[in-house]
Amino acid sequence: MAALRRQTGGVVTETRLETQALSRDFGALRAVQKIDFKLDAGARHALIGPNGAGKTTFVNLLTGVLTPTQGRVLLGGRDITAKAQAERVKLGIARTFQINRLFRGLSVLENVCIAVAERVGAAASMFYPAGRRTDVIAESMHLLETLRLEDQARHRVSELPYGRQRLVELAIAIGLKPGVLLLDEPAAGVPSAESHIILDALERLPEHIAVLIIEHDMDVVFRFARRVTVMVSGAIFAEGTPKEIEANPEVRAVYLGQAGHG
Amino acid sequence: MDFAADFAGIFLGGLAAGTVLFIVSVGLSVTMGLMGFVNLAHGAFAMFGGYVIVLAMNRAHFGFAAALAVGFVATAALSVLLERLLYRRLYRAGELDQVLFTIGLIFIFIAGITIVVGPEGQTLELPPALGGQLNLGFMQYRTYSIFLIVVGFLIVIGIWLVFERTRIGAQIRATVDNRRMAESLGINVDRLFTITFAFGSGMAAIGGGLGAEFLGLDPQYALKYLVYFLIAVSVGGLGSVVGVYYASLLIGVLDFTLKLYLPKGGTIFIYALTILLLLWRPQGLLGRKET
Amino acid sequence: MNVAASPARPAVATPLDHPAARVLIGRHRLRWWETLPWLAAVGLYFAFPAYLGFGTELLVAILFALALDLALGYAGIITLGHAAFFGTGAYTVGLLAFWGIWTEPISSLVLAGVAAGVVGLLSGLVLLRTRGLTLLMLTICTMALLEQAANMAHDYTGGFDGLPSLPIAPVFGVFEFSPLYDNTQYVYALIVLLICFLLVRTLVYSPFGQSLTGIRENLLRMHAVGSPVRRRLVICYTISAALAGIAGGLWAQTNAYVNLSTFDLDRAATVLIVLILGGYGRLYGAFVGAVAYLALEHFLARIYPTAWQLGLGLLLVLIALFARNGILGLGEALWRRYGGKRAAS
Repeated sequence: MAALRRQTGGVVTETRLETQALSRDFGALRAVQKIDFKLDAGARHALIGPNGAGKTTFVNLLTGVLTPTQGRVLLGGRDITAKAQAERVKLGIARTFQINRLFRGLSVLENVCIAVAERVGAAASMFYPAGRRTDVIAESMHLLETLRLEDQARHRVSELPYGRQRLVELAIAIGLKPGVLLLDEPAAGVPSAESHIILDALERLPEHIAVLIIEHDMDVVFRFARRVTVMVSGAIFAEGTPKEIEANPEVRAVYLGQAGHG
Repeated sequence: MDFAADFAGIFLGGLAAGTVLFIVSVGLSVTMGLMGFVNLAHGAFAMFGGYVIVLAMNRAHFGFAAALAVGFVATAALSVLLERLLYRRLYRAGELDQVLFTIGLIFIFIAGITIVVGPEGQTLELPPALGGQLNLGFMQYRTYSIFLIVVGFLIVIGIWLVFERTRIGAQIRATVDNRRMAESLGINVDRLFTITFAFGSGMAAIGGGLGAEFLGLDPQYALKYLVYFLIAVSVGGLGSVVGVYYASLLIGVLDFTLKLYLPKGGTIFIYALTILLLLWRPQGLLGRKET
Repeated sequence: MNVAASPARPAVATPLDHPAARVLIGRHRLRWWETLPWLAAVGLYFAFPAYLGFGTELLVAILFALALDLALGYAGIITLGHAAFFGTGAYTVGLLAFWGIWTEPISSLVLAGVAAGVVGLLSGLVLLRTRGLTLLMLTICTMALLEQAANMAHDYTGGFDGLPSLPIAPVFGVFEFSPLYDNTQYVYALIVLLICFLLVRTLVYSPFGQSLTGIRENLLRMHAVGSPVRRRLVICYTISAALAGIAGGLWAQTNAYVNLSTFDLDRAATVLIVLILGGYGRLYGAFVGAVAYLALEHFLARIYPTAWQLGLGLLLVLIALFARNGILGLGEALWRRYGGKRAAS
């Protein structure tokens, strides 16, 4: 926690999250192979690559949903490879999913409250009403205001348009006050008329959070990211600033042209 | 020598009972594997078919084979009707709704049969050719039990051939494996399910008829043996025909042996073994691992 | 009383003044209508003394359904084996009383809860690793296993016939359980239900209860917000089991006998039906469902049992197809459509 606090200044380039020779096999298929990767504090880092390149598998390895076949995951220099998903969340790794995973029958505010209550350690309490934790409710409400979701706070998640639901997905992750935030295609499935909502929200993320974003939409990537890693067939193919990546002829050949973007 | 003969007798009896369990349960396994539908009313189809078969013989004086055929067709037809009208609406519902719905169907079947036929048990008169004893060379044994074992073996081979060698079998295997993929390949999953549902219910009817001679047949049948059908399916593995065959024979033999040597509550071991197996392999003996 | 980052006199409304926040803050408060079931229960005592036997049966059914609601309605644990705990509680009371070891009712009931809770904890630790159909099967098998065990231990449990004529000591040494009049049993059961209900109510409105709802709504998301899901489920399952055990103990005490029916699939299915009929995950669904089910059964089943079974079957099919949230859910939907317009606009 102390390490986290020191970095709120912004420009420090300290590695928050690192992988060393991280690999994962599914049977004979090497979905992720020997990835050495660094995510700096305060990073705005995009991970791109064609479908099936292993991006989501990579995120699942970082969050502990999958265990690696080989290699290590380090958070702030500490080996967390053996830690379960819930423990990694407590250590400050939060994520959003490519397909919404929300508490659909509950109100927007309650969705965020569940995450916040879990973070502040209230969620195990059995003998007082949740409504008495006004600190949790106030913080959740405040978070919704920063995401401009306050007008929908009362609505059931299932009643919201998809773009707004994606924002709730983001709100839950931010409510965990992560040091590292992994966004798996945050704009996926959002109609283009609504996608600016997501982009605005991304741009207003707290500066100190290290953000890794998987994204297909090159407009989003080049607007948001300060660094880009290209993954192809489970391995890192290229890495650099958005300009470098855009100018890289091999990347254009392998990915950009083929995907039909940019 | 006596012991060996005893044991052989128990073993064959268990195989015969297990065969009936298999014939009833195989359809449940395939439909559950295909659609993930928790169909607790499967036993009610077996009961319905059993009644049709027994009544066809006792009241309409059909022959055994003809009665079995009538039972198969009647039950398959009824199941298609129910599938089209009701089951279909609940494919995407939660397990809880499916459980509730099929428990409701069980009650309706029980009440319906009580009203139409009466609450008393029905008895099945075997044709004389199957009623006697058969000389197996090393011992005499009930012809009917041997008949059941052979029929069960032929059925499992038949279904296996259909699964492995025909187009529809390949489609079923692909759908059990990965439903979304199968749909995207253009397999008409709904139609496939109707067909297998009808066939599975028809098989259950045959099982209900073949087993009536020693399991009995009364309106409580649908509930009484439900746990056994479910155990056979979950131990064998959803969607696995051969798995359910092995599981059924295993349960049949175990049940016969235990009931003989531990008449009071020998079935406790079956439940215990089922729990242990499912904890070890939640997908059953030959089931596909969930991904 | 007001908390958090808000200054003493905010120029703008604080986050806690937002209607959504007010809903969450005030959700656990008692409403006037929550006294109705209890008033009705007291009313029954004075108005219909002849029905107190039926009333006691009803109270036990409510408690059992309430126990199931905690596991199934709130945490989303799909089980068809909750009679395992009901039976454990019933046999705990039955064995202690029949063999003259312990007949004091209140402590026996506590022991029934503890015994069932232990069974719930041990089975929950292994079972709750699985989900869906496998979990359903495992709960059924665990129940069947216990039923067979009770059957096998014939010398102690009386096997299929059970243990008749249980001696139950007077409550507080004063109030006797009379086989002719059900006054004592009724009041006793009502107080036990009230205490258990207050516990369940506290739990479901607590942060713990909120996290159970989260697990029901989206298990994977709960993992991803760092929730120790398995531990929460096991705790919930254990409490639910203990309450079901108390219901079973109460059943044994008020009936003064215990038999294998306390363990069987019929009972597990019935409590599920009662809960879903009323509406699960709603706290009062257990009340509404038990009243509806038992009243129908009491007045219809004894006259024409087959018609009752047919009617029940049709009812279940209709609920599964059209009214998945039970009677209370239907009421809520109607309220929203016709009565709630004022509040909405």
